Amino acid sequence: MQFEYTKAASIEEALDLLAAGGGEAKVIAGGTDLLVNIQEGLESPPALIDIGGIADLKGIEEKDGIIELGSLVTHAEVLGSELLREKAPVLVSACSEVGAVQIRYRATIGGNIATASPSGDTVPAFYVLGARVAIRGGEGEREIAIEDFFTGVKRTVLEPGELIVKIRFPGMPESARSFFKKLGQRKALAIAKVSVAGYLDFKDGLVEEARIALGAVATTVIRAEKAEEALKGKELSDEVIEEAGRLTTEASKAITDIRSNAEYRDEMAGLLLTRGLKDILKSLI
Amino acid sequence: MENVQIKFILNGEAVEVSAPPSLTLLKLLREKLGLTGSKPGCERGECGACTVLLDGDPVNSCLVLAPQVEGREVITIEGISDGEKLDPIQEAFISESAVQCGYCTPGMIISAKALLNRNPSPSRDEIKRAISGNLCRCTGYTKIIKAIEVCSASGAAVEE
Repeated sequence: MQFEYTKAASIEEALDLLAAGGGEAKVIAGGTDLLVNIQEGLESPPALIDIGGIADLKGIEEKDGIIELGSLVTHAEVLGSELLREKAPVLVSACSEVGAVQIRYRATIGGNIATASPSGDTVPAFYVLGARVAIRGGEGEREIAIEDFFTGVKRTVLEPGELIVKIRFPGMPESARSFFKKLGQRKALAIAKVSVAGYLDFKDGLVEEARIALGAVATTVIRAEKAEEALKGKELSDEVIEEAGRLTTEASKAITDIRSNAEYRDEMAGLLLTRGLKDILKSLI
Repeated sequence: MENVQIKFILNGEAVEVSAPPSLTLLKLLREKLGLTGSKPGCERGECGACTVLLDGDPVNSCLVLAPQVEGREVITIEGISDGEKLDPIQEAFISESAVQCGYCTPGMIISAKALLNRNPSPSRDEIKRAISGNLCRCTGYTKIIKAIEVCSASGAAVEE
């Protein structure tokens, strides 16, 4: 490993360093993905900019019902947050599945998003929470829906010289329920074969809003829109859940690779969805 | 690539070293500071043999760059005993024979220590989760879990 290393003390300094790096410099925070990639020779940036000490990128806050996470918030901080356990349990559940304890203390949510792996565990959770990613660059700040952030496997709309600064989403109302289900080779340190996040909001006993996001079954995390439509306006029941599961399997566009095969992943996407919805059904009684 | 000066607290003592910024904390400890208790295993954050405490949190020292510990506190396996007097979690690993080849042991003990510092009375499930990032290739998990339970039950693990 050989690279120049500079610590940025502020967002502005990080942006200046990125601009000076001419698109070659890479940002490092927790380093749990980047350092593995560098050690394995998958990437060899000439310069690293350490943003880990930038106070403006830290912290979990709630303002007017909108929860704002600094991009440096670690998975362990999410797990320890009372606010998030109450208002974003789907994110807490997803973070608990990332890596193992040692990784969760270092890895940041900004990093999990920037890595842009279709199997990133927090991403389906952020999809169903309706999260938006705030990006700073030379031109100022722009905010983009998380679903528009990813363009492919490890590809995003992030331009050279830009930095993820915040992730924002509305806190879940009391009437809403959510789940995150993941299937991996083992319980810890497993990259998802398939993951499913679900979010339902209810009004007068009927599903008013339904959001389903599938991880590791396409080049980016995807929504299962037909399954969502099939749930809206319905009372949750075993029949409704089975139909949503069938439509989720249909929506899954998995491939066969080293971790699993396409048919199994598609089937499991539907099964995980039905398990999550059955958990919700039980919680309603 | 120029060396950088790094000041941090290592096992309770202030240290200052000069190292290339690409050096990992694991290599800094083992190759520059002579502390070989933390073990290199996978060196990609999956086996936990290199686990140390960084500001009290268990982390894989193979995935931390040396300059990232500037101004922070690092505790390694060498730092948890008081001279010849072992930490209660070390005593428990010995009394329960929770060691086979011993390679994973320093990392296991640091992960156990991190758990017991936060949660002196963990459930068996909490213990399993706390060491889920530490692999024992001898598969001696049963006795490792037992050692952590014994240490917890003795009440000796409560932070001084």
